[in-house]
This record gives sequence, C-alpha cells and structure tokens, in this order.
Amino acid sequence: MSKDLSDVIGRVLPAPENFLSPDKLETARKARRRFMGNALAMGAGVAATASAGRALAADGEDAILKLPEHTTGLGQSVATDGYGKPSKWEANLQRRQSPGLTRVNQASVSFTPLQGLFGIITPSGLHFERHHQGWWDIDPSKHRLMVNGLVKRERVFTMDDLMRLPSVSRIHFIECGANGATEWGNVAVPTVQYTHGMVSCSEFTGVLLSTLLEMCGVDKKAAKFVLAEGADGSSMTRTIDFERAMDDCIVAWAMNGEMLRPENGYPLRLVVPGIQGVSWVKYLRRIEVGDQKWATKDEAVHYIDQMPDGSHRQYSGIQECKSVITTPSAGQTLLDKGYYNVTGLAWSGRGSVKRVDVSVDGGRNWRTARLEGPVLPKAFARFNIDWVWDGKPAILQSRAIDSTGYVQPKINQLRAVRGTRSVYHQNAVQSWLVSENGELSNVQVY
Amino acid sequence: MKTPLQQTTQAIVLATALLASGWASAADPAWHNLGRDATPAEVKAWDIDVRPDFKGLPKGSGSVNMGTNVWEDKCASCHGIFGESNEVFTPIIGGTTADDIKTGHVKGLAEGKSIVPQKTTIMKVATLSTLWDYINRAMPWNAPKSLTADEVYGVTAYLLNLASIVPADFTLSDKNMAEVQQRMPNRNGMVFYEPLWKVNGKGDVNNVACMKNCEVDPTVHSSLPAFARDAHGNVAEQNRLIGPVRGADTTQPPPKGSVGSVPAPKAVLAAASAAEGGDVKALLASNACTACHGVKNKIVGPGFNEIAAKHKGKADLEAYLVSKIKAGGSGVFGPVPMPAQPQLKDEDAQAIARWIAAGAP
Repeated sequence: MSKDLSDVIGRVLPAPENFLSPDKLETARKARRRFMGNALAMGAGVAATASAGRALAADGEDAILKLPEHTTGLGQSVATDGYGKPSKWEANLQRRQSPGLTRVNQASVSFTPLQGLFGIITPSGLHFERHHQGWWDIDPSKHRLMVNGLVKRERVFTMDDLMRLPSVSRIHFIECGANGATEWGNVAVPTVQYTHGMVSCSEFTGVLLSTLLEMCGVDKKAAKFVLAEGADGSSMTRTIDFERAMDDCIVAWAMNGEMLRPENGYPLRLVVPGIQGVSWVKYLRRIEVGDQKWATKDEAVHYIDQMPDGSHRQYSGIQECKSVITTPSAGQTLLDKGYYNVTGLAWSGRGSVKRVDVSVDGGRNWRTARLEGPVLPKAFARFNIDWVWDGKPAILQSRAIDSTGYVQPKINQLRAVRGTRSVYHQNAVQSWLVSENGELSNVQVY
Repeated sequence: MKTPLQQTTQAIVLATALLASGWASAADPAWHNLGRDATPAEVKAWDIDVRPDFKGLPKGSGSVNMGTNVWEDKCASCHGIFGESNEVFTPIIGGTTADDIKTGHVKGLAEGKSIVPQKTTIMKVATLSTLWDYINRAMPWNAPKSLTADEVYGVTAYLLNLASIVPADFTLSDKNMAEVQQRMPNRNGMVFYEPLWKVNGKGDVNNVACMKNCEVDPTVHSSLPAFARDAHGNVAEQNRLIGPVRGADTTQPPPKGSVGSVPAPKAVLAAASAAEGGDVKALLASNACTACHGVKNKIVGPGFNEIAAKHKGKADLEAYLVSKIKAGGSGVFGPVPMPAQPQLKDEDAQAIARWIAAGAP
C-alpha cells in the first residue's frame, strides 16, 4: 500500500459528525480518535474483504477459462454502421426528461446523464436539450444569417459564406439558467442527472461574432447591445452585452468535431461563453445591433431572479462558479467498503476553475482535489480525489473556487440573499448522503 | 541568355511574390466581402422585434372585443378562456390588484403576500412591449407568426382587460401603447444588478473556503421523500453496468443493514421498448396532442378513451374523427375549442382516428 493511500485512510471519519446531537457528537469524536489509531490495520482489513467477496472457482473464472464467441467466431465487418453508435451495453446512459416537469414535450428539457460521463467533453448525443417550441432539422442550404441595426452595411450570410470565414474552436460549458432549480426548495429529485444535468461542455467551432460585426461595419460608439434571434417557431430572442459580443462569442456550426446536432441548433447557433444557455440562441437567423436592451419574453418573464421583497433581478445571466460530485452520486450504490475515486465537474462563467475541495463529513473538513488538465476558461474542469469508505454514513460535498477568488456558496447562503422562491441560478454546494447500506441519496446540509 | 540557375532563382522569387500576395492583409482581409447586402424587404421580413421604447412596433389596432374572438378561437385551448388555465402552460392572468396598477409593484410577489397559488405572467411582466412581441413572434403555439398585427393588438387588449388594466370597450393601438405601459402592474418591479450581467462582476454571495473544523449546521435539512424514490423510473436502468458503483434498484425499498448485507443490485439494461400503442403514441406526442388530451384522463380536452366511448358505434367514425382532428371545433365536450391541425399529414390523422375509433387502447 502506498504512503498516499495510508494518509487518505487516516482521514476517513467514522461518522458524519455534523448531523449528530452534541452528546452523540462527543461519542463520535472519541470513536474517531480510536479509529485514527487503527486506521492502517483497518485499511489492510478492507483490502482482504474486497478480494474475499469475489470468490473464485477452483480453476479460475469462466470469463477466462471458457473462450467466448467473440474470441472464436467472426465479428462484424468494417463500417457496418457508417455513423457509429455507442455499445449496446451503454444503453442505460440516455438523455432523460424529468417526469411532470413540463406539460408539453415541445417546450421541455432533457438532462445529461452526468453520473456516467468521463473527462470534460459531453458526447454530442447526450448534450442536454431545451426547446421552447420544438426542434427542427433545418436545410443548411436554405439557412441565412442576417446582421442588421447599427451597422454600416446590413448583410446576409449563407452557411457557405460563414464556413469560409476564419474560424475558432473552443471548449466551453453551457448551462441552463434553471439548472439546479429543484434544489432551491427541498430535495425533490433522485440523481445528479436531474439535479445538475442541464449542463454540458463541448468544443464549438465557428466564426467569432466580432468578426461578423466588424465585417458589417458595426457602429462601435452607438452600439450597446445586440439581439440574437432564432429561426424556429419561438424565434427565441435574447439581449447580449455589446462588450461580450465583441469578446468571445462564437457563431458556431460545429460541436465536438461534427456539425451541430439538430437538437442543439443545427445548422447555426450562438455560443455565449459563461452566460446561461438560453442566450446561446439556436437556429440563429439574425443579429441586430442596438442601443437598448430588448426585454424579450425570456428575459422579462423568465430567467429573472425573484428577491424576497418581490422585486425581480433582470439580465442576471452569468453562470457563477459551481461544482458537483458525479461519481459516486445520488441513486448510485457502493458495492463494498474500500477505495473509491471520487470524481466530479466544476465550472465558472467568470473564468477558469482554480481549485476544488471535497468533504466527506458534510462540510466540517475539506481536502483539495486533483484537477485534471486541461483547465480552460468557461469550461468544465474534472476533479478527482481518493477516498476509502469505511462502511459508515458519510456526506460527500464538493466546493469550487474560480480564478476571481469566488467560493461556491452553500444553499443557505444563497437563500439568505435571494430568498427561497427563486428558480434560476442555483449554484450551491451539493450534498450526497452515503448510507450504511451503500446507497447514496440527495440531501441538503449546510 | 539566362543560365538555368538564374532562371530557377527568378522562378523562386516570382513564386514567393505570388504566395505573399495570397495572404490576406489585416487591413483588408480577403474574406471581407463574403456575404451580401440585405434588401430592405428582407430586413422588413425578419426585423420583427419590439423594444420597451416601442421601437419596431408596427402600426395597427385591435379592440378587446375583436381580441376575445381571436382568443377563443386560437388561444383558449392552451390558456383557458380567461387566460387563467394552469393545464398546459402557467397562467397568464391573475394575482394583481388595482393597487398594484397604481404603484407599479405587484405586492403578491413579496414572500408570503401572493393572492394566487403561483406567479402569473401579468404579475411578472414589466414591459407591455414584451407581451406584444412574444405573441407576435411565437403564438399561437402550433402556428407561430400567423396572426395579423391587428389581431396581436386585439389579443393583447383582451389580456389587458382580463387583468383590469384597460376597460372592456378599449382599443389598443401603436398610438396608446406607451400610455397603457404606465398602468402595467409590475412596471416598477424589475431591478438591474450589474455584477450578475457583466462577466467581470462580483457575485452577491460570499462563502469562505474553510478547510478544518468548519462550522456546520448539525441537521440534515431535507432528504428525498420516500414517494420520490421511483418517481424517475428505476435508477438502476439509468446507470452503467460496470465500474465501482451500480444504480440503485428503486423498484425496491432501500436495503436495510450495512453494505454487502444484501446482494448487489441486479444490472438491468434499459429496454428500448416501443411506446404502448406503437407509432400512434409517438404521433400524439410529436404533434403536442398529449398536451391537451390524456389517454384515460381529461387535461384541457377529453381523454382519448372518453372520445372513443362517446362516439362508440357511430357510423363512419374514423372519417368523423379525421375531420375533427384536422379542422378542430368545440361544443362536443364543452366550450374550450380544439384548434385546427392543418400541419398534420392525412395518413397521420387517419392513424390517430383509427386508434381512437378502436377504443384508444
């Protein structure tokens, strides 16, 4: 056993002390001191239990001893599936709707199965969807982008025009403003897919919006905002800050090396890094440059933050720093005591993730996790940390800090400022309770 | 006469010059002229947005009366006759008072003050342009942008009348929009908090990254209610079959005892099963029929099996149902009309009709 791992074992707590009564807390502390002394011995015990659990037949495993068909037969031919699909054994990981969340399938949302993903890129077929009036698969040869308003030349671009322009490819997360909405009140949904699955991260390719605006001779003195408008039935419209439009916004046609999927805006969508997903207008048909905000439906009736005094904060579109442990997470079952690589995702709309801390005792003590590269601005960062589970109740939490120094808040800290009836921009620390039976469930502690 | 070497040198110089001229200069990029000018007609066709200062608002007018008719024909099926239905979309009207119209603040939005069970559109919307713009660009639900400008004024007037903002004999027009704006119940209800709009702003909540013996509240404040355990289906079927963890089998109660005291959850591969009723169910969902009709229950309109039961034994039932589906109508099951479905293909309408005629199994 490596020295690192023994250190880890030494830090495992026997009980989540934070939700015990004061006298039980004292008992737990005493138990902890005894436990610390025995930690190494116990680590050895865990390893023994784990191997004992997997009883072998005298000769060995059938998986090795009996040659399977795929070793003794002829397999499929090349390119049987011209545009490949995942293994049939991976069919459980699907985008899913949350039952009862919306009444109409065309104005609904599907959640990314974060509990089963690796790294920082979301597979395009599992990228979450949010539609306001149903999705379309638009003929790219008939799609047009118009730029109008405060520009010297109001212009029209075909997809051919756009794709000939100098392009950029950048990795960014996109998160729905309502991601985590179910957690504002009480716990209501069972897994990380439904608590946090309205976020995805992809490599987007397209032309910088600033390039198009320059080409059209944008009036930089008068321009204060741009309006992005979609070509679907809802013609989604969102106001974008002009400074943002000239910075890192992308008029994108590709995602993860392929053209956008229709559910994600094929053939053209706006990428507004760091800003809530509703501003990433799909089926983008028009950019208008103006000098006032538009107060369109989805920035005047929805995507507003209700404050305790009844006022609404409008245009609060930044997705602030946030993280969540994805494995193990609620709805999953730990099969045995012993070592687990606790892993999750962190992101910040204001910059890059600087650090992620993890607690296994409900927030009383924290350790800093490993950040896997690359750690890019306004993109997912993957974190990992070693944990040896001793079979006792525990509460797992992660807390991210971004390059501005902002520390991901606790849910009660958010509520203290924004009340309890908000819907959007919930970025609090998430807690997963590990029960003695090995099941994890969604809880709120602070 | 040039030597071969001289000729080669000359060729290289020439090639280099050509190559250099192929690179776009920063001042005048080669791609600068991609795209073309938009024609005035094109800009007019697409530039439909209306701002809070009413820039972009087309000329026109519509009375509450006219709006009532359009509403009942095209809007009531989703929003209810009085814009108060919560069946398909959240209610538009309700929760505002005469006092709110005076102050421009909807009192019911403050915590504990609401007079209706949930927030309605009219409680929240601060700018009249927002209502007009959205109805114009996105409504009716299944036929966006099919209303004339006058009809949009009329429907907006009808909603304003329902909210007691304008009288029943009112005619809304581009001329009086700004005046009516001064009566919007929540016109003063929006605040702008720049730090959550600018990427380089600072948030409104401060946490500190305590590392050891941090202060925590010793209570689990909320946990998943027992009834919600399987509300999202069997979670075992939503997880990978290999790796350090399995999905919990939520068709069973949580195992009692410690880890390993019960067998590991059985790995189940979610079957990609066809929807019950096969293709028709998919058709109903993709055409938003299920927004208003349940199979066995009324939502806005009757359940499909209620329709089947009512017309049982009727001659030419399939043809009757096809015509009802395509043309819409009202009166058979009450006053809320079903909108026409002209977008539905004939064979799809027939498949749905056949399925209903068979008792909506």
